[in-house]
Amino acid sequence: MTTAPTTDDRSAELAPVSSESLAAVLIAKERPPRPSAWSASLTFGWRAVLKIKHVPEQLFDVTIFPIMMTLMFTYLFGGALAGSTSEYLQFLLPGIMVMSVVMITMYTGVSVNTDIEKGVFDRFRTLPIWRPSTMVGYLLGDLLRYTLASLVILTVGLILGFRPEGGAAGVLAAIALLLVFSFAFSWVWTMFGLLLRSEKSVMGVSMMVLFPATFLSNVFVNPDTMPGWLQAFVDVNPIAHLVAAVRALMAGSWDTGEISWVLISSAAFVAVFGTLTMRLYNRK
Amino acid sequence: MSKSTTGPAIETSGLVKTFGETRAVDGIDLVVPAGSVYGVLGPNGAGKTTAVKLLATLLRPDGGEARVFGHDVLREADAVRSRVSLTGQYASVDEDLTGTENLVLLGRLLGHRKPAARERAAQLLEAFGLTDAASRQVKNYSGGMRRRIDIAASILNTPDLLFLDEPTTGLDPRSRNQVWDIVRAVVAQGTTVLLTTQYLDEADQLASRIAVIDHGKVIAEGTKGELKASVGAGAIHLRLRDAAQRPEAEKVLLRTLDAQVQTDPDPVALTARIGAGTVAGAWAADRTETAAADLGAADQAARALSELTAAGITVDSFSLGQPSLDEVFLALTDHPATVKEEASA
Repeated sequence: MTTAPTTDDRSAELAPVSSESLAAVLIAKERPPRPSAWSASLTFGWRAVLKIKHVPEQLFDVTIFPIMMTLMFTYLFGGALAGSTSEYLQFLLPGIMVMSVVMITMYTGVSVNTDIEKGVFDRFRTLPIWRPSTMVGYLLGDLLRYTLASLVILTVGLILGFRPEGGAAGVLAAIALLLVFSFAFSWVWTMFGLLLRSEKSVMGVSMMVLFPATFLSNVFVNPDTMPGWLQAFVDVNPIAHLVAAVRALMAGSWDTGEISWVLISSAAFVAVFGTLTMRLYNRK
Repeated sequence: MSKSTTGPAIETSGLVKTFGETRAVDGIDLVVPAGSVYGVLGPNGAGKTTAVKLLATLLRPDGGEARVFGHDVLREADAVRSRVSLTGQYASVDEDLTGTENLVLLGRLLGHRKPAARERAAQLLEAFGLTDAASRQVKNYSGGMRRRIDIAASILNTPDLLFLDEPTTGLDPRSRNQVWDIVRAVVAQGTTVLLTTQYLDEADQLASRIAVIDHGKVIAEGTKGELKASVGAGAIHLRLRDAAQRPEAEKVLLRTLDAQVQTDPDPVALTARIGAGTVAGAWAADRTETAAADLGAADQAARALSELTAAGITVDSFSLGQPSLDEVFLALTDHPATVKEEASA
């Protein structure tokens, strides 16, 4: 930031520090009880929302990017894979929604990493609050972004001719499940955000994980035509299970098997990567 | 919240922190009494920031112990956090948010309800002369304003111990004075302040006790008076009219002052380090009957000047300077303050 030249002018017009009112402020020694875990997390979530308010450009990733993905893959693969784009869209839309939202989870890691570079992170770490609340706050703010991305894709889909048989209830349940998974999956990125040294390396690692995890799945095609070893991978890929569950919900059927798979893997992500994140956070 | 008025604010013994091969903090023993400003003086890379981060529970020590108001920084980190506040070297507020938003955010995190947090934020902004900038993003603040909002954020709940890590580095003299005023006001309300600085005059202005650290070790510690007595009260810089008179002037200075005299590269200039007490006393065998070190720096300077005049030496210009950090280092370590990158993590 090159604000240096103007610094002198500004401080010259700066009002003086009022030592009387300063003393009055300092004398107020009452200390409220420490906030609950939930309230601290919500406050950090509020911070994330304020940042979106001040830097609205950051919403490009959750608006333009998903629209681009949907249009691109619908018209690229539609004719070849399903005979027509409108037919393919019925299959692709739930998948591309999952893919886009899961891909933007990586920005959680990037924002954690950029914050560490700044002093504000040190201040948060010296506050007597529930330790994970800083991280949970990022994720709460990100849930808003994920919701926005899901709705954008849904709208684009509906305009292009996507007609979910599950109706509003099915679509809402599908988006809710996607949000649960994304929240849990984001802990992978908070860990990398704390672990890696630069924003670029966080992006690099994210891409390395996300590309195979999203492409080697049932997002674009039915895995039946894949070689056996690849099918084996798709079978254990949690994102493939998420796509299957979301697709089923939007089509109006509750695939309890896939839904439990998603919920169990979400719990596992929080348990493993949430723990690792907090270990790193405390040791940083 | 109970407040222990007895006992030191900080007590460390053998505190160690290593980063790979570097021993950033290498066995620091400190006792910081409560209720005053304690200065930690040292060059970049001496381990000041690392020491502060250990005490503020941001880093875990690799060895030794540290207690803040009797609470162990490792085992009772939460109790320590509820008593301290940290203003780091770089703005420790969120640059994307406005001044008000930052203070309300922290107020909420400290447990204030929204209306109380808003009120407190408004009071602080007013006291710090930032009301006009309240709704501007901090990234658009000047250096002096950032420091103010930063310190304001640190005293949202008046802390018992405030860490100020190089609070005036990079500020213009005017903003620096204002920060000093704030520090004095904070201490006047009973908060203990641990201040790190590279500037001796800053420590001199604010601190009652000073620790000098270098390469992660405390190399001198004491009250301002003690420290100065060990280093010397300062230096007299002289410029003579005639370079030929310099050897003569050197002799006069050696005779009248309890001082080390050095000739400068400039052929008419020379510097006398005065009040060096024991260090100089040992070799200044032929000093006069009055122990020069007992006199103040100005008195010694006056005496030297009159002696020079009496000897017929013309002095063109004269200045009396405080010992610089470099001189303190030279005196304490026999090496100048080396500048290297501060190890940070």
